[in-house]
Amino acid sequence: MYSLWLQKLCHWKTFWLWALLTSLLLNAYGREWLPRWSLKFPRQWELPLRHEISAFMNWLVEDASFGLFSFRELTRGIAWLLDIPLQIARSFFSTGLMQGVGSDAVQLLPPLPWLGVITVVAALGYCAKDLKLALLVAACFGYLAVFGQWQSAMDTLASILITVPIGVAGGLFLGIMSYRHRWVEKLLSPLLDLMQTIPIFAYLVPILFLFGFGPVAAMVGTIIYAMPPMVRITLQALQGVPPELVEFGRMAGCLPRQLLWKVLIPSARPGLMIGVNQVIMLSLNMVIIASMIGAGGLGYDVLTSLRRLDIGAGLESGLAIVVLAVALDRLSQAFASKSPVTPAVHASSFVARHAWLLGTAGLIGVMYLLGFVIPSVQSYPESLQLTTGSGLSEAVKWLNINMFDYFEAVKSALLLNILIPLKRFLIALPWGWVICLLAILGWQLGRWKLCLLVLGLALFILLTGQWQKAMITVYLCGISVIIAGLIGIPLGIFAAGSERSWRIMQVIIDTLQTLPSFVYLIPVVMLFRVGDFSAMIAVVLYAITPAIRYTAHGIRSVDPQLIEAGTVSGCTKAQLLWKIRLPMAMPDILLGINQTIMLALSMLVITALVGTRDLGQEVYIALTKADTGHGMVAGLSIAAIAIIADRLIAARARHTRQRLGLN
Amino acid sequence: MSNTVKLSCRGVWKLFGDNAEKFLEQGIAASDDEALTRASLVGAVRDVNIDIYEGEIFVIMGLSGSGKSTLVRALSRLIEPSAGQILFDGEDLLRMPEPQMVEIRRHKMGMVFQHFALLPHLTVLGNVAFPLEVQGVAKQAREVRAREMIELVGLSDRADNYPRELSGGQQQRVGIARSLAVEPELWFLDEPFSALDPLIRREMQDEFLRLQQVLNKTIVFITHDFDEAIRLADRIAIMKDGQVIQVGTPEELVLSPANDYVAEFTRHIPRGKVLSVAAVMQPVSASHFVGEVLFQQRIEEIITKVTAEAQLPHAVVDNTGKRVGQIDRAAVVELLVGAGNV
Repeated sequence: MYSLWLQKLCHWKTFWLWALLTSLLLNAYGREWLPRWSLKFPRQWELPLRHEISAFMNWLVEDASFGLFSFRELTRGIAWLLDIPLQIARSFFSTGLMQGVGSDAVQLLPPLPWLGVITVVAALGYCAKDLKLALLVAACFGYLAVFGQWQSAMDTLASILITVPIGVAGGLFLGIMSYRHRWVEKLLSPLLDLMQTIPIFAYLVPILFLFGFGPVAAMVGTIIYAMPPMVRITLQALQGVPPELVEFGRMAGCLPRQLLWKVLIPSARPGLMIGVNQVIMLSLNMVIIASMIGAGGLGYDVLTSLRRLDIGAGLESGLAIVVLAVALDRLSQAFASKSPVTPAVHASSFVARHAWLLGTAGLIGVMYLLGFVIPSVQSYPESLQLTTGSGLSEAVKWLNINMFDYFEAVKSALLLNILIPLKRFLIALPWGWVICLLAILGWQLGRWKLCLLVLGLALFILLTGQWQKAMITVYLCGISVIIAGLIGIPLGIFAAGSERSWRIMQVIIDTLQTLPSFVYLIPVVMLFRVGDFSAMIAVVLYAITPAIRYTAHGIRSVDPQLIEAGTVSGCTKAQLLWKIRLPMAMPDILLGINQTIMLALSMLVITALVGTRDLGQEVYIALTKADTGHGMVAGLSIAAIAIIADRLIAARARHTRQRLGLN
Repeated sequence: MSNTVKLSCRGVWKLFGDNAEKFLEQGIAASDDEALTRASLVGAVRDVNIDIYEGEIFVIMGLSGSGKSTLVRALSRLIEPSAGQILFDGEDLLRMPEPQMVEIRRHKMGMVFQHFALLPHLTVLGNVAFPLEVQGVAKQAREVRAREMIELVGLSDRADNYPRELSGGQQQRVGIARSLAVEPELWFLDEPFSALDPLIRREMQDEFLRLQQVLNKTIVFITHDFDEAIRLADRIAIMKDGQVIQVGTPEELVLSPANDYVAEFTRHIPRGKVLSVAAVMQPVSASHFVGEVLFQQRIEEIITKVTAEAQLPHAVVDNTGKRVGQIDRAAVVELLVGAGNV
C-alpha cells in the first residue's frame, strides 16, 4: 500500500516538473507561438454577469414590492428599527440625551462621565479575572481619554455594543438551526464559505443601496461581516457537547427547548464565548471600513486623516482602535475562560450577593451627579490632553529624510528582481494552460469532485473577464504568502523550542491578531509610499500569524515518544527537526499556510487603497462608483481564488494526515 | 427479586445503514452475517429477546462493539430500534407517543453514564436536582430531595462544589444520586465504573450493592468486565456481535456455558466464588456426617469447614433442614484444583 502510494507520488512529481518546464517555455515563447486569444481572453466571449447583477439590484431597489410595501421600504424599516438601540447606546456613551435634530439639538442630560465608564470596565475586568486585568482595561480606556480620542472611541464603542449582541444572537440562532436540522447546515455551509471569503467591499455597495448611507448601514455591514464565524463556532460548540450529556438530558425528560437551554448551551458555553470574542474582534476590524458607508467614531477619524495624508493623526486614531480592541479582547477572553467556583461563604442577603454590582452602580451614580458640578469628572479636561500626533509626524518625516535611500534600495531590489518578473510570468501564461493544470491538481488531490469544483471556479473568473486582474491577485497573494511562510515557519519552529519562547511569541501573535487590518497600512504607507511593495509588506504583516501559530502548534503536538525514539536512534537536533518534527507537523503547517492565504486575500482588498492593480482594486473602484455588479463579480472572483486554494490545500493536508496515521 | 417481568425485549433489532426496513421484512436469521454484509448494514442489535424481572440486577456483558450500549439505549428509547417490542410493565415503549415517553423518563427511569455526564455549569446540588427541575418541581422541594440523595451517596460536604472539583469516584456518586432523585423504577447503569481506577471501582461496586439492598430497584447494568458482572449480577446476558448468546445466573454460565466464547470468559473465574453447594453435592451415600451445610451456600463460604475433615463428608440440607445430598473434601478440592475443566 505504502510503496504504491510512493510510486504514485514519484509519478506525480515528474509530471509537475514537466508542467513547470512547459510553463517556462510557454512564458518565453508563447507570444510567438500561440494565437492572441489564448493569452488574452477576448472581451466578446465574456458573460454579461456584472450588468445583470447591477440590473437586478436596480430592480430590487426601485421596483421590487411585496404588495403592501416595497422591498426598499422593508429595508429602510429595518434600518429605522436598528437605529433605535443605536441612538440609546450613543446617548449613554457619547452624545448624551438629546432633543431636536441637527444644530438645534439641545442636550438634556450628559452622557456617562469618562471616569464612570473607566470604573465600569475596571469592575468588569476584576469580576472576569483579577486586579491585573482591571488595571489593564482601565489603562486602555485612560489612554483614550488622555490622548483626546474619548468622544470618537465612545461613538465606536456604542455601535460595537449594539452590533455585537445582534451578531451573536443571529449567529447563535443560525448555529442552533443548523445543529437541529441537517438541511439548514447543508444550505448554510457553502454560503458561510462564501461570506468568509468574499471581500467586505463587495457587499458594501448593495448595503448602501438598501439601507442608505449612515451608521445603520455600517452596522448592517459589520453584522454581516462578523456573524459567519459565530454560526460556525456555535455549530461546532453544540456538536462538541459530549453525546452522554445529551443522552442524560433526554433521560431526565427534557423537552427539546429544555435540552437546548438547560443542557446544550450551558455545556457549550466556553466554545460559544470564543465565538463572542470573534464577533467583537471582527466588528472592531470593520470599524474603519464601515466608516466608508457612514459609521462615525474612530474609524472615521482614521479614514479622514489618511485621506488628508495626516499620518500622525491617523496613527493616533489607529492606535486608539488597537487599544480599544486590546481592552475588549482581553475582557471577553477573560469572561470566556472564567469558570464557576464554589463561593467560600454563603451570602444570604441580596445586598451581600450583589455587593459588586451595587457598589459599582452606586459609584457611577455618584460620579454622574458630581459631573454636573465638576466638569472634569464629566469629560476629561482638554488642557490635560496629550497628543503624539505631531511628534509621530516628525518622526516619520525624519525617517523619510534620513533613511529614504535604504528603504528605496530594498524596495527597488525586491521589486525588480522578484515581484515584477513573477507578475509578468503569471500574466503571460495562457489561461487555458493554467486552468488545465488547476483541474489536474484538483483531480490528483480530490478526484472528480474537487476537479470539477476547481474548474468551475476558474472558469467563473475567466468568463466574467477577470482573468488578468486575478493573476495579479494570485501573484501578490502568492509572493506575500511565500514571504510570510519563510518568516513565519522558522518563527513557529523557534517558538516551539521552549516554553518561554512560546509564551513570548504568543503575546506577539495575540497582539498582531488584535490589530484591525487597516492599521497595518498606516506605517507601511508612511515608509514605502504607495504601490505593490507596500501592499505586500502590509499583507505579510497581517497574514503571518497563522503561519507562526500553526507551525508552533504542529511541532509542539508531535508525540513526545517519537522524539524519544529519534533521540535513542541517535538523531542530532537538526535531524530531529528535519526528519521527525517537521514531517509530523506538516498537516498543521499546511493548514497554517491555508489560513495565511485566506488572510492575505482579505488584506489584499484593503491594500487596494495603496494603489495595487488587482481584483481588490476592481472591488474598491466599484465601491467608489457604486457599481454593484462590477463589485460583486470582482468580489466573487476573489472568493473563487480563496475557495480554490482552500480546497486544494485542505485536500493535501488530509492526504498527509492520513498517510501519517494522525486522527 | 420477584417473578413479575418489569421490562421485556421482544425481537429487538437495531441496524445501521440504508434500507434496514426492507432487510428486516425478509425475515433473515439474526446470525446470518453474510446477509447483513451484502445489504451493507451494520447490525448493532440483532433479534434480542430478554426479560428483566422486578427487583433484579440484570447485567448485560459484552466486549466493545458487541452492541450492549446500543441495546441499553434502545431499552430507554434513546435510540429508536429498527424493529421489535420493548414492553415496560406490559406497555410497548416503541408505540408510545413522545409526550408519554417523556413522562416515563421523568418519573420511572434513571440512568448513570460511563463518563458521568455531569453538567459542568451546575453544582453537585444543581446536578442532582436537575431532573426534578426539568419536571418543574419547586426549588425548595427539589433541593430538599437532592440533599437526601447526596447524603445517601455520602457527599453531603461537597454539595456546593462544581463537578470538576471532584474526583472521578465522587463524580460518579453524583451521577448515581442524580439518577435516583426521581425515584425511578427502572435503573440503567451504562458501564458506570469503567472510567474509575480499580481500587475505587471495587469500592463503588460494594457501595452499589449496599444501595440496591436499601432501594430494591430493577436494574439494567452494562459492563465489559466479566468479573464485575459475576460480582454484581443476579442474571447475566452475554452479548457478541449484536446478539445475546446466553442469559443465566453466574452459576449457570460457569457450569454450562452455551459455547466456547462464553467458556473463555468463565474459565478464569474462581469456581468457589460462583458455585453453590447444590451444584457440587453428591447424592447421599454415607451414613456418618461431620456436620451440615446449606445447599444454597457458596463453596467459598464452606471451604474451611468442609476441607478441615479429611474422611467424612458434610451433609447438605435445604432450608427446611431436609438432607438433600453430601459434600466431602475430595469434591471441593477437585472443584478448586480442576478449575477450568468443569
